[in-house]
Amino acid sequence: MSAHTPDHSHGPDEHSHEHSHLSEMDVRVRALETLLTRKGYVDPAAIDRIIETYETEVGPHHGARVVAKAWTDPAFHDWLLQDATAAIASLGYTGRQGEHMVAVANTAEVHNMVVCTLCSCYPWPILGLPPVWYKSAAYRAKAVIDPRGVLADFGLSLPEHTTYRVWDSTAEVRYLVLPMRPAGTEALSEDELAKLVTRNAMIGTGLALTEAP
Amino acid sequence: MNGVHDMGGLQGFGPVVPEIDEPLFHAPWESRAMAVTVAMGASGQWNIDLARSARESLPPAVYLSSSYYEIWIRALEQLMLERGMVTPSELASGQMQEPPSTVARVLRADTVDAALAAGTPTLRTASSPAHFAVGQRVRARNIHPQGHTRLPRYVRGHTGTVVHVHGAHVYPDRHVSQTLPPFDNHAEWLYTVVFDGTELWGEAADPKVQVSVDAWQPYLEAVIA
Repeated sequence: MSAHTPDHSHGPDEHSHEHSHLSEMDVRVRALETLLTRKGYVDPAAIDRIIETYETEVGPHHGARVVAKAWTDPAFHDWLLQDATAAIASLGYTGRQGEHMVAVANTAEVHNMVVCTLCSCYPWPILGLPPVWYKSAAYRAKAVIDPRGVLADFGLSLPEHTTYRVWDSTAEVRYLVLPMRPAGTEALSEDELAKLVTRNAMIGTGLALTEAP
Repeated sequence: MNGVHDMGGLQGFGPVVPEIDEPLFHAPWESRAMAVTVAMGASGQWNIDLARSARESLPPAVYLSSSYYEIWIRALEQLMLERGMVTPSELASGQMQEPPSTVARVLRADTVDAALAAGTPTLRTASSPAHFAVGQRVRARNIHPQGHTRLPRYVRGHTGTVVHVHGAHVYPDRHVSQTLPPFDNHAEWLYTVVFDGTELWGEAADPKVQVSVDAWQPYLEAVIA
């Protein structure tokens, strides 16, 4: 599959090549899992449980809950910015690829964006598994040199005076962008606010929505 | 290693193309590849930096033309081959032909939740005081190690400011020095260092851009004012 490096020029031949490639990986991974199971290195039930966890339990709705709480609870907001690992753990979100968390707040002056130029480090406990674009060469290459251009790729432009603050996740610290709370949402409950918080808003390639989708 | 994985600032990859309503996985094999890699990581036969090093050490053309989970699978196969846990012929056939190696741990279904919730924290007790403090000017060393490192090329030789001290964290460059357990868990102070876009990309660059990396102390040197 060539999702890693987007190519818009697929002709019919390339498409069938892609299909055979897909089945080649399918065969390869099946053989690998079978072998590792026979060797006793993996338990297929554990494999199923890992997939189930990321398909049905862990995802951006966790991060959205963190953000909505920070918008409505000043003490939690301050705790999140001071010690994100502990504040996020208090909501039950911990562990793999989120062991050490830092939250960074967008303001009218500063827009934060998170990338991992060296691989694809991403805060799994609060955002789940990363989307293909986050792992793509295009994003990893461009975010640190042209964050304004990245936002344009997402159809966004910010006021001219905005500072772009890019965080390259080169260690085991994982970053959460705390987006700005949209105007006119004073009457909304925490649950309603959480619906406005998109995954991209928490990476910094989007903004919070002004109304629920 | 100055590898193709170190992509910050490269040009020519085109726009970032988000997929509308992107599925979590694009084929069933991707979910198995993700989970098998996570489960084998729990075997304790390598660590996260050895895994990253294996991915970065794929031939450059293979790395650039493979999807994310393909890279994971190719590196996983390599990690197991290097340790004699599988043979090429076993990988090709899916049939066990050699007895298994002893592994530190096999992740079971009933321990998955606890293992994922615990993760693998890298914070350690520091053995000496931090050399740098918040607000201090530091330069990323102009180093080009042959082995695994987490200092991206685009900041090397450039001067920035410490904005966060994270404590001492397991140092990747040494974490890869032993290929089998027990690993070298030596820790070094970790800092967030922020650079002006114009310092990294030249005077013509966007003056409204600032970029930070998380850098271990050996990557940095003091700037004498």
